[in-house]
Amino acid sequence: MVRTYLLLVWTWTRSAAAYPASFVMMTLFGFITAAIDVGVILVVFANTTSLAGFSREEVLFLYGAASVSFTVCDTFVSNLDRVSQHIKAGTLDTILIRPVSPWLQLATDRFNPTRIGRIVQAGLVLGYAIAALGIDPRRAWMIPVMVITGIVIFAALWTLAGAAQFLLTDAPEVVNSFTYGSQQLNQYPLSIYARDLVAGVTYVLPLAFINWQPGLYVLGRADPFGTPEFMRFLGPAVALVLALVAGFAWRQGVRHYRSTGS
Amino acid sequence: MIELDRAGRSFKVRGKVVHAVRDLTFTVQPGEFVGYLGPNGAGKSTTIKMLCGILTPTTGTVRVAGLEPSRRRTTLARRIGVVFGQRTTLWWDLPLSDSFELIRHLYKVERATFRARLDELTETLDLGSFLRTPVRQLSLGQRMRGDLAAALLHAPDVLVLDEPTIGLDVVSKAGIRDFLLRLNAERGTTVLLTTHDLGDIERLCRRVMLIDHGRLAFDGTLDDLMATAPGQSSLEEVVTRLYTGANQ
Repeated sequence: MVRTYLLLVWTWTRSAAAYPASFVMMTLFGFITAAIDVGVILVVFANTTSLAGFSREEVLFLYGAASVSFTVCDTFVSNLDRVSQHIKAGTLDTILIRPVSPWLQLATDRFNPTRIGRIVQAGLVLGYAIAALGIDPRRAWMIPVMVITGIVIFAALWTLAGAAQFLLTDAPEVVNSFTYGSQQLNQYPLSIYARDLVAGVTYVLPLAFINWQPGLYVLGRADPFGTPEFMRFLGPAVALVLALVAGFAWRQGVRHYRSTGS
Repeated sequence: MIELDRAGRSFKVRGKVVHAVRDLTFTVQPGEFVGYLGPNGAGKSTTIKMLCGILTPTTGTVRVAGLEPSRRRTTLARRIGVVFGQRTTLWWDLPLSDSFELIRHLYKVERATFRARLDELTETLDLGSFLRTPVRQLSLGQRMRGDLAAALLHAPDVLVLDEPTIGLDVVSKAGIRDFLLRLNAERGTTVLLTTHDLGDIERLCRRVMLIDHGRLAFDGTLDDLMATAPGQSSLEEVVTRLYTGANQ
């Protein structure tokens, strides 16, 4: 399965390389977009020393962790949200006649390696924040756990978004708000970052278990909203449940696919 | 090889139930070459999609190569070849040979077996001159030959063709027809062909099935089909008569 995935990724990479100008533009654009996101945080902290009780490095830490999870998914599975386009174009039929899971084929569909630059950028922010914060080494184990949890949660959200499109063929935007707009579910008061462009804010404003709850543990903070301590450790379990639900929904979606006219 | 028992598929369209296919019962034996005819909207594509497991039948049962397609879709995919004339299964921006190489991996075909098959297909479908050309630059006839080869690299027992000659010139059509005849005769591959080109039917199919309004309206040999309308001299007239329901 991993081999098939990598092979499909490599195939699409070579496809993307067939258009070198677009390739270069996309790489540059990806970097600039990501840089603006960090820039916004720095601008805010040029005017204040804390945001809702969090320091600049702490916000960068939360941003970096969610951002690594998000960009990994955005690079490697986000094309799942193109299901409705494939249904309309009839290309889903050609995907379904191959002996490989449609999830794998759609996740890699039009894989674009230029997005990898954004994972690197997110990793640099996270690395800087960890170094600058001097995190308690006894709590550092949570950092890889939260990043992986975040990846699973975002991947599950994209899978759900794709599954929903089997039913809502005409409303891909609705499910986009579900993935790119998942930050809306969080209570963290980050309306200052709200920008229409891409999902920048998602990195700072994740679903609670992507970075907020485990992040509080890493930072050694009590939850300002007063949730109990054990919630900090629930991330992996939440991610697992969400992944199972998403897997089930995906199978149902494929099974209830109606295809198009011809 | 293909068995349908009262298979049906209905869709809900704006609250109303539409039966795309209903009560379809037929069997195709291994090695048969069957033409599947019907006017636009009769249910041909719906049938084909049920055979590949893309659509789940709402009633009855479908079995292909002993498997229930909608439940065992990926297993069946290794034993069935499908060509959609209207859309390609090849990678648009990559050379044809790269698509083939990828298909080799997806279908887990051994390298030596793959080489031998590709060499044979390259020769019989005359692919040699454009194997290294990106698919988007191929002519329709070349692309269709590429798609046919792609559907056959895993040596399927059953080949399902949905309008494989659509839009092709007479020479390209003749090439594809010759190839299909040889495939059926020499390899014994079972072929189910839908087409609006009656030349395909006359040249290729011993048996013809005709579907109309989602039901099987005729199933028999080409001669039987001609005999349903003694006064008519050409297949086109006979089929027109059946499509317009003049004999009902």
